[in-house]
Amino acid sequence: MSKENRRKERIDRGIKVRSDGLYALMSWREMAYLIAPRFILIAGLLALPLLMPGLYWQRVISIVCIYAMVAISFDFLAHYVGLVCLGGAFFIGVGGYIAGIFNAYFGMPPLVTIPLAAIAGGAFCTLLLLPCLPLRGVYFAIVTLMYPLFMARIIEAFDLFGGTDGILGIDSFPSAFTEQYFVVGILLVFVFGLRRLVTTDMGLIFTAVMDNDQAVRASGINITYYKALAVFIASAMGCLAGACLTHIYMWSGISQFALDFSILPIAATVIGGAGTLVGPVIGCLILVPVSELLRDFGTLRIVFYATLLVAFILFRSDGIMAFAKRKYEQIERWTLI
Amino acid sequence: MSKQTRQDQPILRMENVSKVFGGVTALKDVNLDVFEGDVLGIIGPNGSGKTTIVNSITGFITLTSGRIYFKGEDITGKKAHKIADMGVTRTFQIMRPYYSLPAFKNLVIPLFSPRAKRTGGWRGGGTLGDRKTIAIDILEEIGFERDSYIPFKTTSTLPTGYLKRLELARCLALQPEVIICDEIFSGLSMSEIASMVPLIERLQDEGITIVMIEHRLRELFQVANRIMVLNFGEKLVEGAPEAVMADERVKEAYFGSEKMEEVMIYA
Repeated sequence: MSKENRRKERIDRGIKVRSDGLYALMSWREMAYLIAPRFILIAGLLALPLLMPGLYWQRVISIVCIYAMVAISFDFLAHYVGLVCLGGAFFIGVGGYIAGIFNAYFGMPPLVTIPLAAIAGGAFCTLLLLPCLPLRGVYFAIVTLMYPLFMARIIEAFDLFGGTDGILGIDSFPSAFTEQYFVVGILLVFVFGLRRLVTTDMGLIFTAVMDNDQAVRASGINITYYKALAVFIASAMGCLAGACLTHIYMWSGISQFALDFSILPIAATVIGGAGTLVGPVIGCLILVPVSELLRDFGTLRIVFYATLLVAFILFRSDGIMAFAKRKYEQIERWTLI
Repeated sequence: MSKQTRQDQPILRMENVSKVFGGVTALKDVNLDVFEGDVLGIIGPNGSGKTTIVNSITGFITLTSGRIYFKGEDITGKKAHKIADMGVTRTFQIMRPYYSLPAFKNLVIPLFSPRAKRTGGWRGGGTLGDRKTIAIDILEEIGFERDSYIPFKTTSTLPTGYLKRLELARCLALQPEVIICDEIFSGLSMSEIASMVPLIERLQDEGITIVMIEHRLRELFQVANRIMVLNFGEKLVEGAPEAVMADERVKEAYFGSEKMEEVMIYA
């Protein structure tokens, strides 16, 4: 190619179709354009436990995945259903306690308690949140923020399930290897499952409820049912994360209702990119390790942490994913005129 | 013509319907019968309770007193989605599309409803295929150019005329028995209205009962076979368009001192 008869062209030029998210793929090369980012995410997450030096950092990866599950459930509820739910700690706590109860008191293995906690916990959380479903926006957020505090106080006041000591003597995962790959695998299933769900016809109903719930009612669709279904999906994910956490720590107690589990996922969603469902995972991959690294600074940790958050909100307010997506779509190649 | 169809039982009946908002009486003892195949026009000055009638029939508000029947069945106090499920659909005066979705995906939502699954959706023939394809068929039917970019555009970028059509399309996707149009002509240009009128007439020919709330009297009188006039929440007159136009009370309440003919010209 001489300099005169060439120009730059975006590499997605030939394959983008007029509607969003539709591509016309003709060759493996064009397919690779779409597969590459997904492959990097999957391979990266699967490789992470192997790359970590020592048990401590491997454990951090498990915790990252736990937070990421809560974060994508927050992202799904807030940006695809329009319910801003600050009750991440509620889901974690309920899931954690259910797994703890069935393991310590009934002797069920983690393989049973984790799915059980997801389903039963999801049903329990949905049932408790059902009266709040007509609320919208900031009102729903405030009420859901109250739930974890409410649960923690009830357990404390009535001395339920070991009271402030929590439930002790819970089984751990068989090995560190199974623990990490279990949570990484579940996380990947959640990310890709939710991304698929929101593009199906049922996923469109969720978006419609967010956009204009009155029009959904006028279409002959019960909005309470779909809101409850969305809350069930999100809370089941959160409860599953909580159950994993219980088995990792071999303990469940009221600190699982701590506000950290509500706040950090939201911060991760802001940093990673709201409404992308992958962004929160990336946000957690940054925030949780940073939080661990800053442990040496004692109370100053919060200062660094807050500075990082403010910097992100100022300079990358749409999140890393939106930025990365834009840059990826702008990649150009030389082509003959 | 089906214009004069009359049967013994009305498809929609309002009995002594009243609605009080705080201290304001929006509707006072309104009685109304709508028969199958009717195009009923409801007119009245601003604040006379027209939209309240729509909201009360479709279950978006609860009545203070009175009862509403659809095909003889009491639907008073039923939930809005249940009433839509029975086939009584409505449009909104202030359009309520799903702004973040492309236009054709707006119709996937009504096509996903239990009623559409039962009836097959508009011209679905009882079997519901790919919802997105049916959505584009419906859009073409109501005037979205199929081969253009318009059905695929994000709804927030569409002009008012298309949004009004989209409101009607949402009703059609449910394969309705009754469509209640809340000011479907308002905010449209003359040419847009001119293309909407045949659409309304076609729906009527297909046996759909239509209730139209309208300020555009000229076009309303073209399609309507019965007119009800509301004033301060009370039914003033009801009857054939010509009779209503000639009525002294209507001129007095609704049009002030102006002559009816002048109103028709400027409407």
